[in-house]
Amino acid sequence: MSTLQVSLYRYNPETDSAPYMEEFQIDTQGRDIMVLDVLHMVKEQDNGLAFRRSCREGVCGSDGMNMNGKNGLACITPLSEVVKKGKLTLRPLPGLPVIRDLVVDMGLFYKQYERIQPYLQNDNPAPAIERLQSPEDRDKLDGLYECILCACCSTSCPSFWWNPDKFVGPAGLLQAYRFLADSRDEATRERLAELEDPFSVFRCRGIMNCVAVCPKGLNPTRAIGKIREMLLANAT
Amino acid sequence: MSNMRSLTFDAIIIGGGGSGMRAALELAKSGKKTAVLSKVFPTRSHTVSAQGGITCAIASADPEDDWRWHMYDTVKGGDYITDQEAAEYMCSEGPKAVFELEHMGLPFSRFENGRIYQRPFGGQSKDFGKGGQAARTCAAADRTGHALLHTLYQNNLKNNTTFLNEWYAVDLVKNANGDVVGCIAMDIETGEVVHVKAKATVLATGGSGRIYSSTTNALINTGDGIGMALRAGIPMQDMEMWQFHPTGIYGAGVLVTEGCRGEGGYLVNKDGERFMERYAPNAKDLAGRDVVARSMVMEILEGRGCGENGDHVYLKLDHLGEEVLGKRLPGIVELSKTFAHVDPAKEPIPVVPTCHYMMGGVATNVHGQAIAQDADGNDQIVNGLYAVGEAACVSVHGANRLGGNSLLDLVVFGRAAGMFIESALNEGIDYLAASDDDIEAAMRRINRWNESEGGETVPELKRALQEIMQSDFGVFRQEDNMQKGVQQLAELRERIANAYLPDKSNAFNTARVEALELDNLMEVAEATAIAALERKESRGAHSRYDYPDRDDANWLKHSMYFPAEKRLGQREVNFAPKTVDMFEPKVRTY
Amino acid sequence: MVTNITNLGRSGLSDWLVQRASAIVLALYTLFIVGYLLFSPGLDYATWSGLFSQTWMRIFSLLAFVSLAAHAWVGLWTVTTDYIKPTGIRVGAQSIIILAIFVFLVWGIQVLWGA
Repeated sequence: MSTLQVSLYRYNPETDSAPYMEEFQIDTQGRDIMVLDVLHMVKEQDNGLAFRRSCREGVCGSDGMNMNGKNGLACITPLSEVVKKGKLTLRPLPGLPVIRDLVVDMGLFYKQYERIQPYLQNDNPAPAIERLQSPEDRDKLDGLYECILCACCSTSCPSFWWNPDKFVGPAGLLQAYRFLADSRDEATRERLAELEDPFSVFRCRGIMNCVAVCPKGLNPTRAIGKIREMLLANAT
Repeated sequence: MSNMRSLTFDAIIIGGGGSGMRAALELAKSGKKTAVLSKVFPTRSHTVSAQGGITCAIASADPEDDWRWHMYDTVKGGDYITDQEAAEYMCSEGPKAVFELEHMGLPFSRFENGRIYQRPFGGQSKDFGKGGQAARTCAAADRTGHALLHTLYQNNLKNNTTFLNEWYAVDLVKNANGDVVGCIAMDIETGEVVHVKAKATVLATGGSGRIYSSTTNALINTGDGIGMALRAGIPMQDMEMWQFHPTGIYGAGVLVTEGCRGEGGYLVNKDGERFMERYAPNAKDLAGRDVVARSMVMEILEGRGCGENGDHVYLKLDHLGEEVLGKRLPGIVELSKTFAHVDPAKEPIPVVPTCHYMMGGVATNVHGQAIAQDADGNDQIVNGLYAVGEAACVSVHGANRLGGNSLLDLVVFGRAAGMFIESALNEGIDYLAASDDDIEAAMRRINRWNESEGGETVPELKRALQEIMQSDFGVFRQEDNMQKGVQQLAELRERIANAYLPDKSNAFNTARVEALELDNLMEVAEATAIAALERKESRGAHSRYDYPDRDDANWLKHSMYFPAEKRLGQREVNFAPKTVDMFEPKVRTY
Repeated sequence: MVTNITNLGRSGLSDWLVQRASAIVLALYTLFIVGYLLFSPGLDYATWSGLFSQTWMRIFSLLAFVSLAAHAWVGLWTVTTDYIKPTGIRVGAQSIIILAIFVFLVWGIQVLWGA
């Protein structure tokens, strides 16, 4: 009863001409451990298994992967949440090139993040202390700044799959709105001008996969809606 | 080695956490050719896990607040082996560094008047301990580290810093004069090994909590910088000083911020008693971390622990109400539900002291320059080598770090090192180039793993190391156990020297990285063990049953561990702040 | 900003607005026609023809045709950019689509104002 069948996506560019699924039997001793713990147990059987991990508590965003068909973080996903009929299938995040096993090339994802100029812009001389911000204005950043760049959302988004080079994707857009919503940022007009083309924002079709998978419970679709409202208000 | 590619920078910063990225930002702004080399994408660094905040006298919660009071707390918290000149620098420069972070966009929580929110943390006082509890820790809810790390990464993007992400530094390269002139590094994605040449090499590699089996630290915290420096023959300071955080989630080791107690939470034993009132009548649950951790272990040892095995205590937060928890501690609510299966709004969180922070590290001055000792025991700068953040021992934390001081340490000394390196580069640095033999020496270790043909594997050896450290070098220590531990570590070193790397592939070979990390864990563990065995007193985080008292006559000193002879020497503590009178060592009570 | 020259309004915002405004027109037109058919049980050619001989109905219908054309172009342009990656084939498909939409639009006007 306590044996878990783990089906793993394997690909080593040096030895495999094509990816394949490999089966492992893992004895969990009936405990409801995290998927990351299972991966560590597999790695003791097969030293060559590659996956990323760091904080093991859901804040660094390293171990985003596809678990039984749904993206999430392995370190905060207990088996009871994903395992169906004693079976766990692990694949890399969809839509990005695979480097090895569960490790994907996040280059395109980061490029889209960088494109939205993810930093505060304010050329006014800074005061000797901090810039003041009311608690109400600060509250507007809640649900936005907490993003951990794990890419679970963008790699579950069909629009991002089709146009990863042109559509910013939910993660980047959430951060775009994080700066648009910041009372201290002064580049609103320039930021909006960069986003009003038919791809960057408007490829979002409201599918809401991003909301369904975000391990931090954030809502990129809502942020995208707010960006559209700002674009509209700015242009009409 | 002639076919090995080399990369050349003015400065190479090893580590993409808070201190490394703060140093990089300073250098990138100055236009120096700088690169950050990090084994993970920078926002995956362990700074991201810091929760409660960054302690600094910005006079927001209390307009009368004074950085000297903060300095007093820091020196007292460190049980008086804090270097007072360094503490003075950190506490007085701190506000500038924090305001800079805010100007960069860090989303601090706010008070009604729009200023940065500050909460009480352990060991904080007003008026040099005479004015009661202070609230000095600047916070972005309970995700301050995340907010800080992302802000620094974002501003490095803005300033076009070069990043070598998912590159692993293997060893330092020293020239014939003993100057550090760069490092050997591996591109993890391709396995390519490269000689990185730099006029300044900055170790910003963070801590090494993974020498213990139970730790709040990320899996990547393997003391890579400490290991590299020790192998290069550079001594380590105060390595016996390891902070055990009072509130690691029982069983999981995940951190629950001191901010919980700052916001009004407290610890209870199995009888529901708020036991810290007995151990620290004034500060109670907000005493120094070492004091609270020891009190918890005493409760457990005396049979008042909670749970079936009586091996933990409870952190009670339910009286704070859902609104405060949701507003000020949302991350804690999430972590408790995930890792303790407890909703802190309804039930207490089971917690236990857990390895959290390495106070020791590469001895440095306030500019981040690494310090060794000459034959007469005088300080001697190691040319070309710098250390910042947790990997450094500057030493502002002494024998016990105060909560919220680590983030301040990162930004203040990251910034200071960046500024110093910039001016040093402007003045001109010219070190002898490394010879093929020098490079060969730095390649020896990775070559050994690549040529290994059989033997024990990395996971079992790592587990053995962690078990030794956990059982013999924990919250309370004693001679016979530590002697046994040192002996076992010596044997383990032999086993690791003959260990086996089965997977020799090049593309994203994490097994090779873990093997290289194991060597570093070994170096850190041994330095810790020998220093702990030799420091025959109790001070700060270092508590011995056999020497229960502080011994200022013999040990009001830094320890210096010399790797070549595995010998523990001493180094004078700095008692000469520049603008204030020194704080005399006193009995430390809370 | 991502540049492109084949979409309708050169801006994602205007395309988005056009698609939503045209959707409203099409919804109203559909509701009207369905309602008209439901409430005219003994509908014959004369009545139907009479409806379309009125100027307001012709304007309403023309508005619906233009909306349909714009709506279809924005939608199909999106589909072609999503799914057809080779540039030659995509531009070819887009040309055929725009030609078809143009033909249908002119034909529709002819039907409305012809006779």
